Amino acid sequence: MTDLQLTLNIWRQRSSSESGKFESYEVDNLNTHMSFLEMLDVLNENLVEENKEPVAFDHDCREGICGMCSMVINGRPHGPMKGTTTCQLHMRHFKNGDTITIEPWRAKAFPVVKDLVVDRSSFDRIIQSGGYVSVNTGSAPDGNAIPIPKSIAEEAFDAAACIGCGACVASCKNASASLFVSAKISQLSLLPQGQPEKNERVKKMVAQMDEEGFGHCTNTGACQAECPKEISVDYIRKMNVDYNLSNIKG
Amino acid sequence: MNNYFTSTIFRKILAALSGLFLTFFLLGHLAGNLQLFISGVEGQTQFNKYALFMTTNPVVKLLSILTYASILLHVVLTLYLAFKSRQARPIGYAVSSGNSNSSWSSNNMAILGTFLLLFIIVHMRSFWYEMHFGEMPYQYLDDGTKIKDLYLITTSAFNNPLYTLFYILSMIALALHLKHGVGSAVQTIGLKLPNYEKPLKYIAESVALIIPATFASIPIYLYIKNL
Repeated sequence: MTDLQLTLNIWRQRSSSESGKFESYEVDNLNTHMSFLEMLDVLNENLVEENKEPVAFDHDCREGICGMCSMVINGRPHGPMKGTTTCQLHMRHFKNGDTITIEPWRAKAFPVVKDLVVDRSSFDRIIQSGGYVSVNTGSAPDGNAIPIPKSIAEEAFDAAACIGCGACVASCKNASASLFVSAKISQLSLLPQGQPEKNERVKKMVAQMDEEGFGHCTNTGACQAECPKEISVDYIRKMNVDYNLSNIKG
Repeated sequence: MNNYFTSTIFRKILAALSGLFLTFFLLGHLAGNLQLFISGVEGQTQFNKYALFMTTNPVVKLLSILTYASILLHVVLTLYLAFKSRQARPIGYAVSSGNSNSSWSSNNMAILGTFLLLFIIVHMRSFWYEMHFGEMPYQYLDDGTKIKDLYLITTSAFNNPLYTLFYILSMIALALHLKHGVGSAVQTIGLKLPNYEKPLKYIAESVALIIPATFASIPIYLYIKNL
């Protein structure tokens, strides 16, 4: 455990209607065992003591499973570590004296609410458009009542690992939501329960994605590289196929 | 609410299909160009007869119209999509991720494509325009007939070191454009290859390297031969 001293360049923006700018802060006496968010907690305690406005940032579970934390650290969503959310990023990956630039997710469909907090309700509207199964599920069914091949179950589960954080959008040069949307389509459409609404689901969700103002996919693969759950771009390929087939079928 | 023909996915499919068609066109074009490796009168005669066939055969004419349409479609769609993607991120990042999460070519397709469009214009002015509308020299064949001497136009064009250099640079741009483009197009149309990622990557990258490298070898050969 060593002490760290850092310079932080943080995007400060009072509200969505005001323009923002970077402000620089010095923080010291940081423990290398701290998570990135705990480091920001220290900064905010200092700011409160100085009677200054603390930095607003999204967070909830701090276990890497809720998808709330969202910040671009030195140009990388969730920072430099692979398959890691910001809350699971530890300060031991930074060096004493480092300057770290922290920005919010940048996308037209993710307007800044305050500082590093963005409004991700465009994702909610995509889910609302068709990311569900409309059947009365009743009580929990028997585990193997519907036989599903192991490989399909795994594939659906890998898609379901998406926590909806929006790092895919943040990393994409086109601010495309293709990885998120395709994962949310696949987690249902691969399974028998998702089959009846498969065609309508993909049509509605893709239409909503376009309507929200997300960009298109150019297959750079940045989303897959930055996704904290390491979701494969193969789901995007599947979405393209499903979308085309569902429209050809009418 | 759902409109297939105005969706981003449909537009991307068209961009991918036109791009793949143009890649196949390049293979055909390359096969024809390889005749420039045949030296002497024999090579000259064969190349000029081939050029005459390519400008008069109705099937080739149909294919050339398809090629022009593909270029137009590819340019219009990709420019539109590039413009749309700028709108999707009105405020950019202060610190760029660079190429830490994606390849250089995948991030610079628009710049590479624009350079290639410039190359196509120069290239068509040099050869296509001359062949159709220019004052062409003639080659007189043994049977007394005369044909336009595109061989002479081509070989003399590559006497110019700057023109040869421009051609080689364009082929490097083509290699980088295809390096991302071929694999990306296959992914967009949704073709699934067994054990998907690796074979696709190797096929795409081999195509991306072999086509432009072979194209570039011809002016290099002609330039060295004329020294």
